[in-house]
Amino acid sequence: MPRITFDQVSKSYGAVEVLPPFDLSLDDGEFTVLVGPSGCGKSTTLRMLAGLETLSGGEIYFDDKPISRLDPKERDLAMVFQDYALYPHMNIAKNMSFALRLARVSKSEIQEKVQRVAEMLNIAHLLERKPAELSGGQRQRVAMGRALVRDAGTFLFDEPLSNLDAKLRGKMRAELAEMRDTIDKNMVYVTHDQVEAMTLGDRIVVMSDGLIQQQGTPEELFKQPVNKFVAGFIGAPTMNFVDAELVDETGKLWVRGDGFALPLTDADSARLSSAKDRNVTVGLRPSSFTADLTQGAPIELKVVVSEYLGAQSVLVTRCGAAELLVETQSASPVKAGTLQTFGVLTDEIMIFDKSSGLRL
Amino acid sequence: MQTANVNRLTPYLFLAPAAIVMAVALLYPIGYMIYASFLNWNPSQRIGEAEFVGLQNYVNLLGDAAFRESFFVTIKFAAVVVTLEMFLGVGLALLLDRNIRGMSVLRTLFILPMMIAPIVVGLMWRYMYHPSVGIFNRTLKSLGFEPIPWLSDGSWAFASVVIADVWQWTPFIFILSLAALQSLPQSAMEASRIDGATGWQQIIYIKLPLMMPVLVVTLLLRLIDAFKVLEVILVLTNGGPGLSTEILSLRISRTASEFRELGEAAAMSNYLLILLIILTFAMFAYNKAVEARTARLRKAAEEDL
Ligand SMILES: Nc1ncnc2c1ncn2[C@@H]1O[C@H](COP(=O)(O)OP(=O)(O)O)[C@@H](O)[C@H]1O
Ligand SMILES: [Mg+2]
Repeated sequence: MPRITFDQVSKSYGAVEVLPPFDLSLDDGEFTVLVGPSGCGKSTTLRMLAGLETLSGGEIYFDDKPISRLDPKERDLAMVFQDYALYPHMNIAKNMSFALRLARVSKSEIQEKVQRVAEMLNIAHLLERKPAELSGGQRQRVAMGRALVRDAGTFLFDEPLSNLDAKLRGKMRAELAEMRDTIDKNMVYVTHDQVEAMTLGDRIVVMSDGLIQQQGTPEELFKQPVNKFVAGFIGAPTMNFVDAELVDETGKLWVRGDGFALPLTDADSARLSSAKDRNVTVGLRPSSFTADLTQGAPIELKVVVSEYLGAQSVLVTRCGAAELLVETQSASPVKAGTLQTFGVLTDEIMIFDKSSGLRL
Repeated sequence: MQTANVNRLTPYLFLAPAAIVMAVALLYPIGYMIYASFLNWNPSQRIGEAEFVGLQNYVNLLGDAAFRESFFVTIKFAAVVVTLEMFLGVGLALLLDRNIRGMSVLRTLFILPMMIAPIVVGLMWRYMYHPSVGIFNRTLKSLGFEPIPWLSDGSWAFASVVIADVWQWTPFIFILSLAALQSLPQSAMEASRIDGATGWQQIIYIKLPLMMPVLVVTLLLRLIDAFKVLEVILVLTNGGPGLSTEILSLRISRTASEFRELGEAAAMSNYLLILLIILTFAMFAYNKAVEARTARLRKAAEEDL
């Protein structure tokens, strides 16, 4: 299980630069998730690591060994594809054992390994079937199984759950999370779904437009996003952004915008004192609102729609011209169309530079 | 109720003109041929004057050594050319299935022979096979080898017509194989690379098995065509020397025009027709089997959801 290092790796298709040069290192035995919107270059990154795409520049190292010229089969990896990529003409047992058969592993050992993995994934009763005779969820397991029977050092996953329906996806996500803890391998997992990223990743790399925006633990990304993109991408429901001005009032900084004014904490005030009178973007997580007015700074919002989700409700509200999402307990119902005062937990307010989007 | 019946009949009404044209254009000649094969019919007679001899023509043919030889030559020819063409065509397709600059030009060049009229192909090759001025023998001579009797020796003549046919029809298999290759699931190919397959192993374990349905149909189409080949051989050897290249269609035409035995020629055609029908049925049966299998698989998958 090597430590994987990308050193100034870049990728262009013809004149189009899809990935400008970037550095990235993935620690040994870590579950790393590459997450970002569609088309941001996640698959390309993964495929360069797998050896399915050439690099346009830079080098990838496994520990200290450059590998960019090696064939996929010399890189000691296994991969699960988005469309599963099963061999249509082979039955499930043959699909799972293909790599082992090529490597001339003994028959009894193959049988033993396939059986063990198939039982772990609950597909032991399907071994004689062809891929076309399986449902989507079963195929997904087979694809997973085909990767797992190989004792590869690194496992790559390219959106393995995105072709499943929501319920199945949730189930497989939980199973993957469980598997992650029992299998001590390098895993690199690509997804566009931030929930998947947050549940699975030891470490998450957030990408956008071919650039790595931030990497860190799920908690770091949620609590300390470095810019507006990461703040908006991580967390559900998504963060609210409203324009405001930083103003100084009796030695304390406030953000004042259309229809609201919120005080910053002392720590934030001290840190941002130089940014006084600047126009900024304020980020408020829907979970930063509370119905308990003693806990936060008051803000008056007009409730437009209440989306009931069970124990929680998401309110779509309006503050001046801006639309804000507010998460509340369903136990204290709020009528749509009314004006309502909420408390804002001021220590959770985030301030971003209006033009660059960087966190201030 | 009444209108429903009329409605159900409407499609057939619209189909009728086409069906009638088909019947006249297709079934009439075939029926005519089948009827003629039961006659002892000389071209100077009108069909009504010919004597009805029942299966006599068929029986005679079975006892006719020249016909049996010709039938055997036809089968040998078809088997040899189609085998060679399959190997070459599929091989070339595997070789040229990649995205390199200039490859599309190369691919177009490869399919040119197929577009030339068979008579022209025959003439072309006849000049190239010419014992003294043909390119092959001139080349051999300039390299200091003995000239080869391309068309005047029995074994060589057979080889020569095989070469010409392979030259013309390998491209057919090539383009169909190439199309099959390019529609293979790309990610399965990538998965096999990650699983550690070398280029050869990929071909043997993944590409060829996945291409198989197309290859089987291609093979049968080519086989049917090879049984009917006429022009190239007519121009190159006219069946000779001896009977070494006298394929069935050539013998049929000679029986009708030289031996003036229309009934027997018709019976011969019917033997060929029977052979082709068997092949066509094989193809149909194969297609049906594949379809049934796919349907069954899909049903099984849906029940499992
Ligand atoms: N073979 C290719 N040729 C040209 N452009 C490509 C090719 N593959 C991917 N791209 C482009 O590279 C970008 C990143 O693609 P990809 O890595 O697949 O994104 P993601 O997996 O994050 O959705 C996209 O804009 C896509 O259009
Ligand atoms: Mg992708």
